[in-house]
Amino acid sequence: MGSTGEGLGRRDLIKRSAALGLITVPTMSFLSACASGGEESTKGPDKGVVSKENPFGLAKGGKLDVVVFKGGFGDDYAKAWEAAFDKKWGTTTSHLATQEITAKLQPRFNGGNPPDVVDDSGAQKIPLDVLAKGGQLADLNAVLDAPSLDDPTKKVRDTLVDGAVEQGMQGGKYLVLKYVYAVFGFWYSGKLFKEKGWAAPKTWDEFLAVCTKAKEAGIGGLAHQGKFPYYINVVIMDLIAKKGGLDAVKAIDNLAPNAFEGNAAALAAVEAVYEVVEKGLLMPGTNGLTHTDSQTAWNQYKAAFIPCGSWLENEQLKQTPEDFDMKFLPVPLLADSKMPLEAIRAGVDEPFIVPEKAANKAAGLEFLRSMLSREWSTIFAQQANSLTVVKDGVDPSVKLRPGTQSAVEALKGAGANTFTYRYPDWYSEMDTEIQNASNELMAQRIQPKEWIKRAQAAVNKAAQDPNAKNNKRS
Amino acid sequence: MSHVAQGRGKGGFITAFLFAPLALYLTFVIWPYVQTFGYSFTNWTGQSPTFDFVGLENYSTLLKDDDFRGALGHNLLLLVFVPVVTILLALFFAFMVNAGGRSGAGGVQGVSGSRIYKIVYFFPQVLSLAILAVLFGAIYRSDEGGLLNGFLIKLGLIDPKHPVEWLNEPNFVLWCLLLVVVWHGVGFYLVLFSAAMQSVPKDIYEAALLDGAGRAQTFFKVTLPLLWDSVQTSAVYLGIAAMDMFVLVSTMTSGQFGGGPDHHSEVMSTVLMRNFLYFGKSGYACAMGVVMLVLTMILSVITLRATRRERIEF
Repeated sequence: MGSTGEGLGRRDLIKRSAALGLITVPTMSFLSACASGGEESTKGPDKGVVSKENPFGLAKGGKLDVVVFKGGFGDDYAKAWEAAFDKKWGTTTSHLATQEITAKLQPRFNGGNPPDVVDDSGAQKIPLDVLAKGGQLADLNAVLDAPSLDDPTKKVRDTLVDGAVEQGMQGGKYLVLKYVYAVFGFWYSGKLFKEKGWAAPKTWDEFLAVCTKAKEAGIGGLAHQGKFPYYINVVIMDLIAKKGGLDAVKAIDNLAPNAFEGNAAALAAVEAVYEVVEKGLLMPGTNGLTHTDSQTAWNQYKAAFIPCGSWLENEQLKQTPEDFDMKFLPVPLLADSKMPLEAIRAGVDEPFIVPEKAANKAAGLEFLRSMLSREWSTIFAQQANSLTVVKDGVDPSVKLRPGTQSAVEALKGAGANTFTYRYPDWYSEMDTEIQNASNELMAQRIQPKEWIKRAQAAVNKAAQDPNAKNNKRS
Repeated sequence: MSHVAQGRGKGGFITAFLFAPLALYLTFVIWPYVQTFGYSFTNWTGQSPTFDFVGLENYSTLLKDDDFRGALGHNLLLLVFVPVVTILLALFFAFMVNAGGRSGAGGVQGVSGSRIYKIVYFFPQVLSLAILAVLFGAIYRSDEGGLLNGFLIKLGLIDPKHPVEWLNEPNFVLWCLLLVVVWHGVGFYLVLFSAAMQSVPKDIYEAALLDGAGRAQTFFKVTLPLLWDSVQTSAVYLGIAAMDMFVLVSTMTSGQFGGGPDHHSEVMSTVLMRNFLYFGKSGYACAMGVVMLVLTMILSVITLRATRRERIEF
């Protein structure tokens, strides 16, 4: 067997270390595959004439390179848009729909040849704060100030829902068009509640009471997407917001030294969520489930409530029984809350960006302007079952599904009482650390006080980020 | 054609063939290492071609990084258990399959049905790690729908109201992952050891049998020493696998690129990826990559030295 010699021959050692090299390489070469290239992108196509109809000077007949995240919304909407765009401008569009945004695009950003429009979303999105810090995003103020396609006397800016522009800001500039308008809260089955004779709870005590009744009926009270603590954070953060008011929200986003520690609203919120755990009102096993597993269990009537954003209905289309009657519920109130029950977290999401170094930046900007027209907004509502940031942007003839319908009603009920958090976009590391703490809390491995301590530590750490001074909200 | 010309022609031919692989190797293997090393001294964000030189700052931060140190600890733990458990099981099965049968007619043979066992044992090796993650995800699923939980609930060992959240339990998560790696690896090393065992001349076994050696004695006195070379190589390969673990941890556990719950299943590669792609600290991540490379190198040299034995010729 084999060669002879003392111990391991030199040749063998070399052979083996080469083999070893080949194995360790994947990590390393993966790193360097993303190595940065230095050159500037080559000049784009010829410029068109800038006019009111063509505010970015887009040349006819150029190329457009679109990359979209193919997640809960699919990519049919994007195909429909691209067809409309090509027809109007005579462009040739290349369309890539993927879930691996980072893997596909990071080398292109580094190489200086990014696409013209990107829907940077999903679990593998490129963090926006990082792109913004690197100067990779085109300033979208030009789009906001361009005339609206629906009414040229108005600027695009004036056709958007409140807060849409603010939430696209990174480091003080409008760099991200967050296109989908989503509301967050609890969801339940209208059918189940009707059968059992339960009413939608208004206060946290009533919420716990329904969960207790559910437990007695042999099903779980609250399900959550345990493998992704993002979702239970929605509940914790919304309780803080509603009890403490907008000031509490701003304190967290602005990294105040008392954002969590010494904030009575924060402690009360965490204790309220912990009560669900302590009383055994969680759906058994929910802490370890993925979002699809827990949402599907909820669709199978194994739990009364689940927290989620309004994309839930579209995401669960196939798993939802026909008569499920999905309903939205704003997070119930704690005692002495500063916001009314109807107040909801309403956020814009699904970030579309135009890279600063896009080959056809004008086309990218024009594409975004078109997205903010009523025509394209309706296409989105039809194809992706969701609302957009365009005010009244859906043609009334479109019939909505029950969940979306109830979300729209909740949004109307909320009126001006909507709020949102910015820290997950601004400080990805802080967000991750708070999520870890929430996971520990739900598994009963830490107590509310410890959660507060850890969350504050994450805030204090984020405050040391040199970029923190640019991310201020008032 | 003269002899000299012919020789030169052949030499050129061979050089030409060597040049291409060498160039590829330099471009795609060596150069990335060099680049990574270079980036580890910068504050590169990974999303932009601009960055500053920060000297050894990344390395000094790394020394104080609890997440990375915890991950290193987990890697070292796996480093001990993955090779030991896998090799022991593979050796045991290989011995049973090849030489563990009752020595009826004086021959040396495996237990009955050993051919089928060999094929069955090899099955897991055919599956990709991504499929394994899905498969074991279903086994470890945290509610009663999980195979393991369902089984234990049926047996009445656990309460259906409190199923074990396998991958969400700090004390279990690493061992759960270890089991997957071992399950995946045993078959391959069984086949490897089988091949080595089969190349051992039968007369050595027969001589041992004639001298009255039992199964255990045959194994420890004959089989193992003759297999030492294969065991050594296996240990290096399994050690490298234990230093990586990225695919399983990142897909099966919670958190961005896995590592949850609360860093309890963190390995170096998951901390690296999170910093590289999610936190925008790519320069820092490159420093981690360099540390991983150095550790892996040290590891393989140590393994090869420590397991050095006298060669036996046959």
